[in-house]
Amino acid sequence: MQVPDGLLYTQDHEWLRVEGDEAVVGITEYAATELGDIVFVEMPAVGARFEPAQSFGVIESVKTASDLYAPAAGEIVAVNDALHDKPELVNSDPYGDGWMIRIKLATGAGGTDGLMDAAAYKALIEAA
Amino acid sequence: MIDDAPDTAGATPPAAPQIRQTALVERHRELGARLIDFAGWEMPVSYSGILEEHKAVRERVGLFDLSHMGEVWVSGAGAGSGLAASVVSDPTRLAEGRAHYSMICAADGGIIDDLIVYRVAGERFMVVPNASNREPVAAALRERLQGHDAALDDASLRTSLVAVQGPRAAELLQPLTDVDLASLKYYAIAAGHAYGQPALIARTGYTGEDGFELFVDWDLAVPIWDALLEAGAPFGIMPCGLGARDTLRLEAGMPLYGNELGRDTNPYEAGLGRVVKLDKPNDFVGRAALEQVAANGPAKMLVGLQMRGRSIARHGYPMSVPADAGATGVITSGAPSPTLGVPIAMGYLPPADTSVGTMVEVTVRAMQVEADVVQLPFYKRS
Repeated sequence: MQVPDGLLYTQDHEWLRVEGDEAVVGITEYAATELGDIVFVEMPAVGARFEPAQSFGVIESVKTASDLYAPAAGEIVAVNDALHDKPELVNSDPYGDGWMIRIKLATGAGGTDGLMDAAAYKALIEAA
Repeated sequence: MIDDAPDTAGATPPAAPQIRQTALVERHRELGARLIDFAGWEMPVSYSGILEEHKAVRERVGLFDLSHMGEVWVSGAGAGSGLAASVVSDPTRLAEGRAHYSMICAADGGIIDDLIVYRVAGERFMVVPNASNREPVAAALRERLQGHDAALDDASLRTSLVAVQGPRAAELLQPLTDVDLASLKYYAIAAGHAYGQPALIARTGYTGEDGFELFVDWDLAVPIWDALLEAGAPFGIMPCGLGARDTLRLEAGMPLYGNELGRDTNPYEAGLGRVVKLDKPNDFVGRAALEQVAANGPAKMLVGLQMRGRSIARHGYPMSVPADAGATGVITSGAPSPTLGVPIAMGYLPPADTSVGTMVEVTVRAMQVEADVVQLPFYKRS
């Protein structure tokens, strides 16, 4: 199970990669595997703002629908439109082509405090 | 964001003191299955992925462990008549070696469970209820059989059930059994051997494909499973979990207890009035209530729905009928159809709003999503 170094992780199995004052967000390989075949990802509109742990979208597998939670406060600057036609990218490449949203991180909102590094997240899923 | 309680239909077991395991649980682990608690049993929901497993059954062959299902035997001179007084069908009309789909209802006509009743021999019947209803069904039968010369034996915990389903199932299974599968009709059962071990082999299933269900002694499931997987390799067999079983039965328009069927629903509402034999001579539990429904018409009716967009209607989502102000209904099952490539669902609507082509709006997370009533089943094998 891949848990790349350099990313930050939530308890809800989202990952976040900081790039300057922006960040890219997706779900982890563990989450994608647990959900099974992803068939639909409901995404927010560009410009929408989210607080940490607020639901920014929904991911549907064959069996179930699950909320996606914002790892940090920010404004959506881009969504991965490729997931509209190819939601299975979340299964095949969760840390790459299966990314979901790009956010402009809110300033002074606690940033990425409280997120886990790869080692801590690995421990979390191994305990699950 | 992982929902720990997936919408595994019918997965609302009474609090079990401990989770049960089938004889095959180690096999499932070795095959990398995702195991979940289903009706108090630790069962595989999928191995390689629901979509792939679904496709294997539609195009080739799939192997299922269904050992959580119940097997309740009713035997004795009064077995057939006792069952006829207990369930809505008339098992006395079954020829030896044949089976039919049936239901056991409460006095008010509500469905306690749906069943397959097999007449295995003379006055020996095997009733197969859902895992979650094994105990209530056995208890109701025990009570209803009183006064009939019939004995009940719940063999569920010493019987394993392995199913091979798919267009190549017969080809795969025939070399492994002494039962002549070519002469084994749909909904027939025969006693014989599988991989040299005693087995009851039935041409039944819950996938909408041809296929067989093998009832064997508990421990024999392991060698038979291994033999089928090995012999099935050239056919492209895949082990399949309850996830694929659910999408397969949904496409085939087959109801599931806990979703389409329950105590608050009668057979006519579920579109299964043909199963109720009001013309049988004897009384049976639920008869008076069901005669009323047959005469007056059901209060709701089960429909098939196809979503217009990509949104998936799930169990419990409400819906309304724009052309009929105030008419509402509820989704009972929904999933993306792997075969059709669109989201499909089943649900209940007022009888006036069930004609094919009726447009409904399903509430999917606060959004109104359009869907159309379509003919059931969604998929029929050619």
